[in-house]
Amino acid sequence: MTALTDDTLPVTARAMRDEMIVFVFMALALAAVPFTGIYPFFVMQALCFALLACAFNLLIGYGGLLSFGHAMFLGTAGYCSAHALKVWALPPELGILAGVAAAFVLSIVTGYISIRRQGIYFSMITLALSQLLYFIYLQAPFTHGEDGIQGIPQGHLFGIFDLSKPTVLYYVVLVGFLAGFLLIYRIINSPFGEVLKSIRENEQRAISLGYRTDQYKLLAFILSGTLAGFAGSLKVFVAQNASLTDVHWSMSGEVVLMTLVGGLGTIFGPVAGAFVIIAMQQYLASYGQWVTVIQGAIFVICVLTFRRGVVGEIAHYFRRSL
Amino acid sequence: MQALYAQLLVGLINGSFYALLSLGLAVIFGMLNIINFAHGALYMMGAFVAYFLLNNDYLSIGYWPALIIAPIVVGIFGMILERTMLQWLTGLDHLYGLLLTFGMALIIQGVFQNYFGSSGLPYAIPDQLKGGMNLGFMFLPIYRGWVVVFSLVVCLATWFLIEKTQLGAYLRAATENPTLVRAFGINVPRMITLTYGLGVGLAALAGVLSAPINQVRPLMGADLIIVVFAVVVIGGMGSIMGSIITGFALGVIEGLTKYFYPEASNTVVFVLMVLVLLVKPTGLTGRAA
Repeated sequence: MTALTDDTLPVTARAMRDEMIVFVFMALALAAVPFTGIYPFFVMQALCFALLACAFNLLIGYGGLLSFGHAMFLGTAGYCSAHALKVWALPPELGILAGVAAAFVLSIVTGYISIRRQGIYFSMITLALSQLLYFIYLQAPFTHGEDGIQGIPQGHLFGIFDLSKPTVLYYVVLVGFLAGFLLIYRIINSPFGEVLKSIRENEQRAISLGYRTDQYKLLAFILSGTLAGFAGSLKVFVAQNASLTDVHWSMSGEVVLMTLVGGLGTIFGPVAGAFVIIAMQQYLASYGQWVTVIQGAIFVICVLTFRRGVVGEIAHYFRRSL
Repeated sequence: MQALYAQLLVGLINGSFYALLSLGLAVIFGMLNIINFAHGALYMMGAFVAYFLLNNDYLSIGYWPALIIAPIVVGIFGMILERTMLQWLTGLDHLYGLLLTFGMALIIQGVFQNYFGSSGLPYAIPDQLKGGMNLGFMFLPIYRGWVVVFSLVVCLATWFLIEKTQLGAYLRAATENPTLVRAFGINVPRMITLTYGLGVGLAALAGVLSAPINQVRPLMGADLIIVVFAVVVIGGMGSIMGSIITGFALGVIEGLTKYFYPEASNTVVFVLMVLVLLVKPTGLTGRAA
């Protein structure tokens, strides 16, 4: 698994300082968005996908596990949050909790099954599991099949913040994203994260050092799936619907693409990648299926010539880890 | 009972496609160490080549020549892909092969969707295979019987080629240790290209076979390939015969599910995959990867 990691410098104090500086700039820039006239809906959507891509990157970039089924967490949490908000009429905080809890349970089950195989088989298994869920949601009555759950009430978060106001919603989503991002950053730099990286580099050696690698991989999978679910729950408030597209394999592919474009195994890469891909979809929306072709072409170009991704290339140029 | 036999036949037909596709995946994985995500898209291309051959006013080439021409055309296309792109991945992590071929699948499917939309195009059953036979216990449409028998023959021929011939021996040796085989003066890179062409050609052949049954659609391979991945996880890619048997067996089980519990018919293969992983994580043929 060395191919992913040629440029990952050891985490030193200097690297941490650099990363904190970039993080503060990112947070300030995002906080300033409502004052710039940029369409907030677009940024909110991108933030949800950025969080999803970061969660995905935790697994591939730091655990060496390529999940091709991360849409199942996005979609499951979305459906459960949407159902809780609309049918049970729960307040937003409990709606989010319901979605995240569902993703948590799902990630335990699917993680337990999929980490039984390594490498390429792991990817195929996660893809097959997400397709299994897709068919279940297609037939289950509570998802309303092809129509999806629509017209979801946004409500008042903690009874105070009126989420139907775009600016309020924007800052709530931003805080959610930043909290998720910092949590992932903390996980990566924890002793747990270090063990995870050692498993990515050489699983046999990690086992021989006495680590129960399966438990580490399962925990990483659960963390990644649950955070992806959090992104799905936030997305419900932005899009006000939950539909089958969020569970479809093409969504899983898009998450992979975002992370690949931004840089696998970089901290800020998935965020950059998510903004690039969402912006591209926005601007090319009128071209119909050509968007798929372009996405495919980006995949091919990235794999053949640009494996470090945007942020990875920048980090490599400045000899920093970002 | 009629309905049960009919579903069993449908199951056998789907099983033929699973077997042909998972066989190709296994052969390609053995030589290139790549899971070919574009397999479904190339299967679709096979069907479209047959469709073009028939509907082009100058050519109007029918089913029988298409059965040979389509796999060759798609095989050559595959070899071009291998030469221009896949070969550069040698030595990189397996997952890059998956990502690259996924991108290729998106491109191919997207282009076809642009020109043909998402609806199905009809492809007529050839005259010689029209109609049906009454077997006493069921009515057998001849074309469907033909697909099952012909697929089985092709699968067994591939097995024979790889396991029992000199060329197959080179192939298996190159899978085990390419460097050593090269030292014996065998052109391994060319063999890899041909192997990819062979695997892809099998997919295209399955596409031609399915054209009269399932119609010709740009996304006909997209969902199929995910089921085939599950088949591959269940059977493992270590053995050629294992792929063939698993493919047919899962098709039959799917057909039975359609009869006894239709709601689960499109999920049963995935559920079986989960059960196999829980009981025997290495897959049925037992080799870990």
